Amino acid sequence: MPSLCFWEEGGLFGRSGAKMRELMTGNEAIARGAWEAGCHVAAAYPGTPSTEILENVSRYKEIYSEWSTNEKVSLEVASGASMAGARAMCAMKHVGLNVAADPFFTMSYIGVNGGLVIVDADDPGLFSSQNEQDNRWYALHAKLPMLEPSDSQECLQYMKAAFDISERFDTPVLLRVTTRICHSKSVVETGERKERPVREYVRNPAKNAMLPAFAKAKHYLVEKRLLELREFNETSPFITFEDGKGEIGVIASGIGRQHAKEALGDVVSYLHLGMTWPLPEKAIRDFASKVKNLWIVEENDTFIEGAVRSMGIACSGKDALPLVDELSPALIAKAILGTKPSSGPDTGIMPPSRPPLLCAGCPHRGLLFAMSKKKDLVVMGDIGCYGLGSMPPLNVGESTICMGAGFSAVVGFQKAQEKAGRSQKVFGILGDSTFFHSGVTGLIDAVVNKSSGVFVILDNRITAMTGQQENPGTGRTLMGEETTALDIPRLCAACGVKEEHIHVVDPYDLKASREAVDSAYAAEETSVIVTTRPCALIKEVLKSRASLHCVVDAEKCVLCSSCLKLGCPAITKQEGRIVIDSVACNGCSLCVQVCPKQAISREGELHE
Amino acid sequence: MNKSGKNVLLVGVGGQGTILASKLLSEGLLALGYDVKMSEIHGMAQRGGSVSTHVRYGARVYSPVMGPGEADVLVAFEKMEALRWLPYLSPEGMLIVNNHEIYPMPVILGLSEYPALLEVALSESVPRMLLIEAAETAAELGNPRVMNVVLLGALVKSLGLDDPCWSDTLGSCVPPHALQVNERAFRKGLSLV
Repeated sequence: MPSLCFWEEGGLFGRSGAKMRELMTGNEAIARGAWEAGCHVAAAYPGTPSTEILENVSRYKEIYSEWSTNEKVSLEVASGASMAGARAMCAMKHVGLNVAADPFFTMSYIGVNGGLVIVDADDPGLFSSQNEQDNRWYALHAKLPMLEPSDSQECLQYMKAAFDISERFDTPVLLRVTTRICHSKSVVETGERKERPVREYVRNPAKNAMLPAFAKAKHYLVEKRLLELREFNETSPFITFEDGKGEIGVIASGIGRQHAKEALGDVVSYLHLGMTWPLPEKAIRDFASKVKNLWIVEENDTFIEGAVRSMGIACSGKDALPLVDELSPALIAKAILGTKPSSGPDTGIMPPSRPPLLCAGCPHRGLLFAMSKKKDLVVMGDIGCYGLGSMPPLNVGESTICMGAGFSAVVGFQKAQEKAGRSQKVFGILGDSTFFHSGVTGLIDAVVNKSSGVFVILDNRITAMTGQQENPGTGRTLMGEETTALDIPRLCAACGVKEEHIHVVDPYDLKASREAVDSAYAAEETSVIVTTRPCALIKEVLKSRASLHCVVDAEKCVLCSSCLKLGCPAITKQEGRIVIDSVACNGCSLCVQVCPKQAISREGELHE
Repeated sequence: MNKSGKNVLLVGVGGQGTILASKLLSEGLLALGYDVKMSEIHGMAQRGGSVSTHVRYGARVYSPVMGPGEADVLVAFEKMEALRWLPYLSPEGMLIVNNHEIYPMPVILGLSEYPALLEVALSESVPRMLLIEAAETAAELGNPRVMNVVLLGALVKSLGLDDPCWSDTLGSCVPPHALQVNERAFRKGLSLV
């Protein structure tokens, strides 16, 4: 093992000071690693599976942390901090890196002053995402080093090493994880924080201002840096070799390492790669020469397999392992050893599906229900809880592309409708956080380009789907400070939407919601509807509405099922009666308003 | 200590407290000296969808997940979720099932039926089944939310891991104002096996 003198505290796997053993998720360990590395500034936009990284960072008071407006902003905030000399990081889910791709590529040219680490969390298996893109290609494309931890201990260690590599090679570092790493707990030995000053800043446009002439000079340096990083990786501690008994050799990284070890034990040899870009060609050639059958175990794309094949090395991989979905020990054992997967008991009964749904008392329901009553609407959807409204019984929303497209796509859809001579009105729906993230640009586009679309902002004052993170409308920062809460109706007016076309409604009021939808529907100019109820899961809301609930008078109920068509999980039909779960119900009273027989009433008190 | 490992799969409906129960189980296993890995699902499924948490422990654990037919114990916080995840149970495994029904939207809308007499079909399909009235038990204890800890107690007893250290684990993971009722729920769960 070569000298690792540039790593402080005795190298990558060095131990110093008092150690604690605790169970941590990958996300908790990444936050801990940033703290131990002396990180000064951290920024992120929430997104499953990466959200808890910044939530955990914010618990370390030595680090300035923020929820940024979007992922691009978070990387730019971190870039500015790095340029000024601070150790900085940002974190995002895989599709977030698409949003942040612009600064990502150019920061590769600029490099760093203080270490800069970009944490990217992919989602193989699409637990909570709109696609299954494999972001390892971003490292290749932007010519950056990439680290891939395989458990929580490595998340902590690699995070610390990433800052060191960043400063040593003058490069941002991509730390790439996946859902299984982010949300799995394993045992971690923690260390202490190494405090370090923010480095000196010296004005240097040739390094930091990427005008064409400076950028071209930098590109030569980026190519040279990539060769140096490859050489570094050849003998780095990120490579571990395990000599097995048989003729099979496995190259694996990330969670694939753990699955492979579980499935294959010590009957095969392993080359574990912790740094997966640039790949260590000599180490791979050396390993390939020692085994008879070489396997590449990786999730999704043929990132490593393709590179190994381009070296002229024969190997197996995606000819037997799936390109789609997560890997598992059983899939690996089946592909490599031919082991038949086990199976469990079978009752022969198929369970009905259990799709996720809008919560009882969700403020999105009222407006979506009002929209569902208009039959000639086309509704562009977006990323957020309201996406669940596209399923039965509401069936509102028919597209989900990306953050912001719920507005921008309306403009194009409406223009195409006009070309085709179709008369349906086009609505777009997104939430407050999404509006600030990238919806506002679509709204400006709509106004300036004279779209007659209707733009609905379901403002619930919080980023709800990812678990209650603050956004620019909340009035509080990630670090818990009071701050300006942006006024969405005024912002829409400033974007050029006429006051008479801005409808602000309480979505718990069905009549007002219907009137807003009708009025916007009839307008020939750009219209906006903004709802005003906070998310039912916000702690203060839960508390104030705890005793409120609706009850059904069985005498009056005619079992018409109107209330069931709200899609509220608190309302069920049991043994021929409509029953409202008083614990789940928060008394939103939509059911009271849809009941044609006045059979439902609200009980309890609101505690403001 | 015997460090032979086991796989435990905890399944339920988003919002039922499966993640907290899994966290308590994992922390307790760590305190008992095991290597532990736990894998949980966040995000969209938590909005009332079907959720699962894998907990694997032993002398050394690599993968955080188990495959079909590999769960030594399947703990279902909801009856129909037991049915959905049954293929994960090992042929010799044990099923702990909460006799509790939560209707999914297709059932609420009348598009499909909640399977009748499910506990009978389940018990006929597995070698060992423990049916627990955790919702009733939790309500009797004064807090419906501690249903998850009742089930945890039954699970810990079934795994043969009953040990005084669980009291410390509860103390470190549960907020002080809720500790007493959780301790009672845990002891009640132990006594059900």
